[in-house]
Amino acid sequence: MKDKIMVKHLDTVVVLFSGDSGDGMQLAGNMFSSISAVLGNDICTFPDYPAEIRAPHGSLGGVSGYRVHIGAEKVYTPGDKCDVLVAMNPAALKTQIKYLTPKSTIIIDTDTFDEMELTKAQFNTDDPFAELGIKNEVIAAPITSMCKESLKGMGLDNKSMVRCKNMMALGLVCWLFNRPVDYAEKLLRAKFAKKPLVAEANVKVLNDGYNYGHNIHASITTTYSIETENREKGMYTDISGNKATAYGLIAAAEKAGLELYLGSYPITPATDILHELAKHKSLGVKTVQCEDEISGCASAIGAAFAGDLAVTTTSGPGVCLKSEAINLAVMAELPLVIIDVQRGGPSTGLPTKSEQTDLLQVLYGRNGESPVPVIAASSPTDCFDSIYQACKVAVEHMTPVFFLSDAFIANGSAAWKLPNLKEYPDIKPHYVLPEQKNNWSPYNRDSHTMARYWAVPGMEGYTHVIGGLEKSSTTGAICYDPGNHEKMVSYRQEKINRIVNEIPDLEIFGDQDADLLVVGWGGTFGHLYSAVALMREAGKKVAFVHFHWISPLPKNTADVLRKFKKIVVAEQNSGQLAGYLRMKIENLPHIYQYNKIQGQPFQVKSLKDAFTKIMEDA
Amino acid sequence: MNNIKFTSKDFMSDQNARWCAGCGDHAFLKSLQKAMAKLNVAPWNTEVISGIGCSSRLPYYVNAYCFHTIHGRALAVATGAKVANPDKSVWTISGDGDGLAIGGNHFIHAIRRNIDINMILLNNKIYGLTKGQYSPTSDRGFISKSSPYGTIEDPFNPAELAIGARGRFFARCVASDIDGTVDVLLAAANHKGTSVVEVLQNCVIFNDGTHDAIATKELRRKNAIYLMHGKPMLFGDDNQYGLVQDGFGLKVAKIGEDGVTMENVLVHDAHCQDNTLHMKLAMMEGPDFPVALGVIREVEAPTYDAATVQQIEEVKAAKKYHNFAELLLTNDTWEIK
Repeated sequence: MKDKIMVKHLDTVVVLFSGDSGDGMQLAGNMFSSISAVLGNDICTFPDYPAEIRAPHGSLGGVSGYRVHIGAEKVYTPGDKCDVLVAMNPAALKTQIKYLTPKSTIIIDTDTFDEMELTKAQFNTDDPFAELGIKNEVIAAPITSMCKESLKGMGLDNKSMVRCKNMMALGLVCWLFNRPVDYAEKLLRAKFAKKPLVAEANVKVLNDGYNYGHNIHASITTTYSIETENREKGMYTDISGNKATAYGLIAAAEKAGLELYLGSYPITPATDILHELAKHKSLGVKTVQCEDEISGCASAIGAAFAGDLAVTTTSGPGVCLKSEAINLAVMAELPLVIIDVQRGGPSTGLPTKSEQTDLLQVLYGRNGESPVPVIAASSPTDCFDSIYQACKVAVEHMTPVFFLSDAFIANGSAAWKLPNLKEYPDIKPHYVLPEQKNNWSPYNRDSHTMARYWAVPGMEGYTHVIGGLEKSSTTGAICYDPGNHEKMVSYRQEKINRIVNEIPDLEIFGDQDADLLVVGWGGTFGHLYSAVALMREAGKKVAFVHFHWISPLPKNTADVLRKFKKIVVAEQNSGQLAGYLRMKIENLPHIYQYNKIQGQPFQVKSLKDAFTKIMEDA
Repeated sequence: MNNIKFTSKDFMSDQNARWCAGCGDHAFLKSLQKAMAKLNVAPWNTEVISGIGCSSRLPYYVNAYCFHTIHGRALAVATGAKVANPDKSVWTISGDGDGLAIGGNHFIHAIRRNIDINMILLNNKIYGLTKGQYSPTSDRGFISKSSPYGTIEDPFNPAELAIGARGRFFARCVASDIDGTVDVLLAAANHKGTSVVEVLQNCVIFNDGTHDAIATKELRRKNAIYLMHGKPMLFGDDNQYGLVQDGFGLKVAKIGEDGVTMENVLVHDAHCQDNTLHMKLAMMEGPDFPVALGVIREVEAPTYDAATVQQIEEVKAAKKYHNFAELLLTNDTWEIK
């Protein structure tokens, strides 16, 4: 029968799974992205969930969504709009309507569209589609009741049966996209290895969902097929930004020959890095869940003092608490990697949403003249490469380093070609030298990098004292001499400045003589790149540069920026990078700003429209 | 261990101590260096980590791997240092403000975790470095620059807090009593787990005389009791007084009076898991009771640092991946050909 259905070939497709927080939409979305990735599609995902673990059932605030963008070629964003919306309840339909296009297909669970649920979602009538003005194609399936019917007699209680409904929805989506369910079955059996009955129930419902789609095909005009093209050969896995960050730390520690220490306190959206690293004790990873954020950072500094690759993970509010300790690492010149997975602020802000509002905080949010290198990851998979660089700079240049990620790339995932660690640069901790034995002071410096040397407890002949008080540049003893202080301030700055020799230059995508240069940093890379690519396809002369290292700025920054007549800096804050560039670089052309602070990813179309308008602006 | 290789001098740095003349910290530094020499752990295998305050300047005067950190955080820094490098001997130096006010959270949690560090708390009941404000151990009504009409809050007794946080080792000494301090420091260093040592120390400038009742050997005989595991709890010039049980409490009794004999005198059991009596002993204060000195509580328990190492070894043995390349292959992967 299947061959009678029209199969539509698409380059990319966006599926949005949404439902109540307890409906298992994150799992369904995640599995769909894995299934597609295994078939060779590129993927980019975006989980969007409420801060409350279980917001009131059926409420608008309790809707949890998971967007999956799959593509035949590389996809850079989770998509502005969706082609298929799965809405497991009326609240999901109402909140996700903004992602619909006139062509989107909607799948609903009709069992939840009753009076009670409609009321909870603040509908005034019993026809939510008319009320919202939706004229899209709708697959109205009684998912909950089919689930119960299917599992009757298996020995599951009512609650457990209903809990399988996300797999019914997934099965239906798999049918819609011509995805065989065997890989999903494998994932389910692995996930529920200890609960075989639950595994079988989920597998059964998954197949029922698939078959249901197949059997009712007459009511649907199209199924989709996404083929694979042009992917680089090799082994792949699906990885989130937080997991890639954890992997990058493990890789860097191995390459440096150091043990990895993480001092951390749970905070959304950074906690998954702690979870991931805590699993890998077989690699010697030490994770300490500390009593507070301060201790997370301070204990990492202690671990650095004692010779480990020391890391602390947090989000913006945690950075506030760690700032004093970070300054101790600045002053003591110890290697420390501080991971800030940014979220909406200020204060508790929007804990599960994404922003780029911590840039100036990490650059300047400490007392005194306190330079710290800052690198920002640009995508889930780039978290691996960027954290690796952060670790390398920390232990080679004896400095704390900030690594910025954000909720969007931390929770989002993408297909990742497994890296070969042999191809990554060596990491050589800046240890004291044998010839310095018994004739060494802790603030002796390498004349090239200005980095001091690392002496680790247990090394005979290098006992010393370091600390937060200003020290003599020669003897390392406490020193309040005015000239010495100014010299030490400049040394600490110069040490950071010289890192510029080891970081890559900015790369210009697009036209070297473009009419507009788009500038971005961090997790917005995918959206900006896509917007610029679309504009270029449309014949516009536009270029794009994206910052990874922000402190220090790449060597060619001034030259690159001065090449263009117009610059727009696009970021998810009120203009922090734009202001920083204006301060750091003289004689720049006028910098336009594109700023969005809504806790949501950029929309490619909005970017394109805004940039086009700036180009037209005389 | 029979050949003593190190002397106090080996633990002295080239810096002159900058504490005020007559400050109790001078004597404590001497005791610490003596104890370190007796322990015979090399200076390069010894770490001294402090917070902020007068006493926290101590690492500058010790030859070891030393770290003068930030206010209140010595224990947090030491926790990371010990976990990273568990075979080193780690000491922390804090005062009453550093350890119990700004660092109070780390104080209770380090003790709860039972990480193997020697935690020295120099208690002079005053903020000295900021020039004389009351501290969390100042007595109610204490007059200071920040409490000109007297404080209206009760102090912590460090022992009560430490034992309440599941402390397994608590000892107390008087800074001016070098021998007593060295004994306690050796016991603290030899104990596996968090060893809390309260050092009663005098601030000559801002709180002179706060520990006067036990400042000299003679006074300590009268007003203090040296507790020793397995020994009867006796004190006084001729050990004529003893501690006896009085209902659920303690009482000072004179041996030979009111029918009290040596049989009635309690014998100190520092190793008793139940901390009730330890708490009572630690809370004793004048004029009705002697101040308890020596090792008040010392019980064995798993240490955090050893458990960290053990868990890593166990997981290494149980799991099949031991490097990054192997870790990658634990994921669901697919190949694009």
